[in-house]
This record gives sequence, C-alpha cells and structure tokens, in this order.
Amino acid sequence: MSDAIPAVENANPPVRRFSNKPRHAPFKAFVAANWMYYAMLVPAAVLLALFHFYPIWGISMAFVDYSPYKGMAGSPFVGLENFKRLIEMPEGGQVLRNTLVIAIGKILVGQVAAVIFALLLHEASNRFFKRVVQTWTTLPHFMSWIVMGGILLNVLSSSGFVNRALGIVGVKPIRFFGNPTVFPWTLILSETWKEFGFGSIIYLAALTGINPELYEAAAVDGAGRWAGLLHITIPGIAPTIALMSCLSLGNILSAGFEQILILQNPMVYSTGDIIDTFVYRQGILQAQYSLATALGLARSVVGFVLILASYWLADKFANYRIF
Amino acid sequence: MIKRNTLGDRIVDGAIYLVLLALALSCLLPFVHVLATSFSSAGSIMSGRVGLWPVNPHLGNYQYILATDRQFLRSLVVSAVRVLFGVSTTLLVTVITAYPLSQDRLYMPGRTVFKVVMLFGMLFGGGLIPYFMAVKSLGLMDKFAVLFIPDALSIFSVILMINFFRGLPQELPEAAMIDGATPFDVLLRIYLPLSLPSLATITLFSAVGHWNSWFDAVLFLNRSERWPVQAYAYNRLTQQGFRSDAANASTFQKLPDISQEGLNATFIIFIAFPIMCVYPFLQRYFVKGLTLGSIKG
Repeated sequence: MSDAIPAVENANPPVRRFSNKPRHAPFKAFVAANWMYYAMLVPAAVLLALFHFYPIWGISMAFVDYSPYKGMAGSPFVGLENFKRLIEMPEGGQVLRNTLVIAIGKILVGQVAAVIFALLLHEASNRFFKRVVQTWTTLPHFMSWIVMGGILLNVLSSSGFVNRALGIVGVKPIRFFGNPTVFPWTLILSETWKEFGFGSIIYLAALTGINPELYEAAAVDGAGRWAGLLHITIPGIAPTIALMSCLSLGNILSAGFEQILILQNPMVYSTGDIIDTFVYRQGILQAQYSLATALGLARSVVGFVLILASYWLADKFANYRIF
Repeated sequence: MIKRNTLGDRIVDGAIYLVLLALALSCLLPFVHVLATSFSSAGSIMSGRVGLWPVNPHLGNYQYILATDRQFLRSLVVSAVRVLFGVSTTLLVTVITAYPLSQDRLYMPGRTVFKVVMLFGMLFGGGLIPYFMAVKSLGLMDKFAVLFIPDALSIFSVILMINFFRGLPQELPEAAMIDGATPFDVLLRIYLPLSLPSLATITLFSAVGHWNSWFDAVLFLNRSERWPVQAYAYNRLTQQGFRSDAANASTFQKLPDISQEGLNATFIIFIAFPIMCVYPFLQRYFVKGLTLGSIKG
C-alpha cells in the first residue's frame, strides 16, 4: 500500500504547517471524497453479519443440553458431553467413516474420469464433434439433483432400464438403492457421471496450453502417440492435476448432501448416511439440537482447517494463490 | 498430440470417437428416456417396454399436471419469481461490493480487514443447526425473502467481479474523478456498461442456482404451498406420491393411463426444460466467465 495514491483527488495535498490547525480537516476531506466506497460495502457487511457471523453464536448450543422450551438461558451447560455422546454412539463413527469413504471415492474417481475424458476429447480433431460432445456432457452439471435423482431413481430401479439391460445378459437385478454394499458406489458413480463433463473443462484448458512444438519435436525423434501421451501430455497437465488434488482436500467432509438426501433411505444408512444428512435428520427432523450442533461444529472446524490447508498446499505445490 | 497416418493410429482414433460418443450419449439418453416415459401409458411403463420412444403415447400425464395439480403450477410461479428476485439481488450486491474492493490504487483503510473477514465468514459456518436457528430468530421463517436474501452474497460472483474490475484500465475512473465524478457515477456510467459479459455470467449462474435450489425451501418454508417447483418435486418424488392425494383421486380414475412413474417423469421434464432452453447461452458465457477472472496465470 506504500505506493497507493490517496483518494483525495480533488483537494490539494495537505501542506505541513507547524501550526495548530485542526488535524482532522484532512480526514473530513477524505471522508467527503470516499464515503461512497464504504457505503457500498454496507449491504455485504449486513448480510455477512446476519447470515454468516450471527449463526456462529449458535455454536454455543453444542455445549449445553438445549431445550427449545427453556431457551439458551435455561438450558444446562454440559461442556463436552455432547461430543462424548457422539463418539460413543455407533452412528457417530459410522457417519464419519461413510463421509470419508464417499467423499474420497468421489474425489478420486471424479478427477480420474475428468482427466481421462479431457485427454480423449483433446485427441479428437473434428471441432464440431468436440463441441457437441462437450455440450452434451456438461449438461448434467447444470441440472439439480432433483432432476438427476429422479432420473436415477427411475433408471436404476429394480425394473428400470439398467436392470432390464442387465437381465438380457443374464445378470441378476442389482439393488442400487437398497444394497448397502452397492449404495456408496451408486453415489460415487452417479456423481462422477454428472460432473465429469464440467470437471474436464479445466483439464482441457491446460491441455490446450501445452506447446505443440513439443509434440512435433518428439515426432521427429520417432516418438509414437503413446510416448507423446506419457512424456509430454501427462507432465504437461501434472500441475493442474496437483492443483485440483490440493483444492479437493477441502472437500473431504462434503460428501454431497443434496444427492444423498434424495437417494438415501433407511435401508442403506449403514453405508450411505453422511455427517450432513445425519445432522439434518437428528437436528431438524428430530429436534436433537445440541447433538446435531456439536457434530456440525466439529465438521465445520475440521472442514475449515482443511480448506485453509488445501489453499496453502495449492500455493506451495501448484503455485496457485487463491487470493 | 502426435499422429501418424498408420492403420493403428486410425483404429485408435476410431475407438476414441466411439468412446466419446458413448459418453456423450450416456449424458443425453436418460433425458430422452424420461421424455418418452412421460408420454407413455401406465401399462407400458410397468412392463418396462419404454426405451427411447413413447409406447402407447398419450398426453394424460401432462393433462393431469397442468389441469389438476394447482400446487405444481403455483410452485412454477414461485420458482420464476424467486429467480427474478434472486438474480437481481445477487447482481446488485455483487456489483456494489466488488467495486470498492477492486480499486487497489486507492487508499481505503479497512479494506483488507474487510476482505479477510468476508472470506472467513464465507468459508466458515456454524453448521446447519445454528444457521437454521439464526434464520428463525431473524423472523425469516416461512417468508419468501428467505429464499434469496441470505444467498445474495455469493463469494464466487464477488471474486469474479473483483477480478474483472481489476482488469479494467485504471485511467478510466481517474479521468472521471478529475472531471468531478463521484465513485457512484464511475460505477454506474463507466464500469457497468463495460461489465456486461461478467454480469451475464453471474446472471446465468445465479439464475440456474436459484432454479435448482430446493433445500432452503424445505427447511424454512413450512407451508408447501409456498414451495418452489423443485422442492415440490422433492416432496412428490421421495415422500408422497400422487395417489395419496385424495382431492385428485377422482381425476386419477378418469385418466387411467397416468401412473406414478409417468407423472414423476413429467415433473422432471418440466423442471429440466427451462435449463435446457437457457443452456446454449450458459455454454457461451460460462467458459468465458470462468476464464475471465477466476483462474490466474
């Protein structure tokens, strides 16, 4: 900020006088010229205060045995008891495990799919074909899980299209939404299907940034397609892959709330219930406010630390500064 | 990529095109299937004969929804109004917030603090329950405003706009200020007309976001008459069906070709349709918008 120009552009720069002229005059001029900038920030400040900082106050619910009748003042302080309950509950460890399994599964499968798709699309030379494919594959990203969930519930049902097709080849119908072993895969693969098109955009951008002369030089040296892929393309997008991996670290606790809420049912809670859906059910539907707040708080804190860590890692390893 | 015109290379090329086509179709065909289902008779749906083309086509599902399901039509209106209000508030808040934060050349004490505080606030939340309690205590429970006021400050949009404003030549506001313009004038008369591509991007993302948003309605609006269309669909798809609707039972009898699956499919078509219409524009703007400011060298 040392080379910032003071914003008082209409007034003469104040001349230092060794007199007792009131020192606040330059301030008034500054305010007169600049109050609008601050005024413009007021709506954002209000929204931040009301909807982002005020809820943080509610965290105290995690440390009391909250009852809506008694209110905050009347509810007894119980310290870390809620957290202890969470650790002792079988569902506590279960939802944590499910969250990690599903989230990491989605990140891995999703990024691999996006990279492979980007590589394939990059190899196609017909521009019209490329555009059509890209248009169709990015469409699912813009649909909500209501639409995609509705489609999946239809297509993956016991009498739905997929099971019918499997039946033709003689495979028994798979209960995509009822079998706890299959359900996490249903979640992971359906999210990958929804997002691989959109997720590939950043890799495609990176691919077009690779210097074509590298390929020409390699071809002169007798390299084939496969060698080009291994030695030029992959190293060329390695920074992007590193960046996306770092950034995805912050999402390890977000396993996809809306998708899972729509697709889950009690039969698959053992593998399909995640922290967020558990918090919703316990906290909102069953009014277990303290417990749900405690879990939500733990998740928020860990998630926040992870996001910061991911930004720091992205800066260190992939040279990408978020701010 | 390295390409030689050998037979091997051409086979690989062909295989690649096939795989890409299959992937693209896998994204498109489910919608075609749902469209076909919405026009098919109950019997053919049950027996699984519907593929990509309607079997025993009829308009019963559409008739039922458009003529009888008042709630659905009302929710469509709610959604449309929500998108309108939501996009305008987001645009307004985004632009006036981004402008002061982007004028790096100016001396503005507290700006960095504000940025840090803003970022912290948007990245860290208390969790679902405290948020729910906060909204409740602010008196927004069951009010339409709860659907678009809290979301007005979108970090993605603000960062996009800040980066875009930073890219505009600094001589413009300086010249205007010398001529006596206020910051507000600069924003309105100089920056806004130049920001149309960015604004279009934000508008489209915000509109799609609001159209697709359903959980906040389920959470905060108690009366399902006030729900936007996707929240209403959530209800129908996962909780109640249509047969349970006593008021419409007689209509159900009169139109025997309609079925739960058929109606579900019709719902999906109604919800997906506006996005499909807007999609070509989305395509044009989001790639431009994404690369406009958010991804630095």
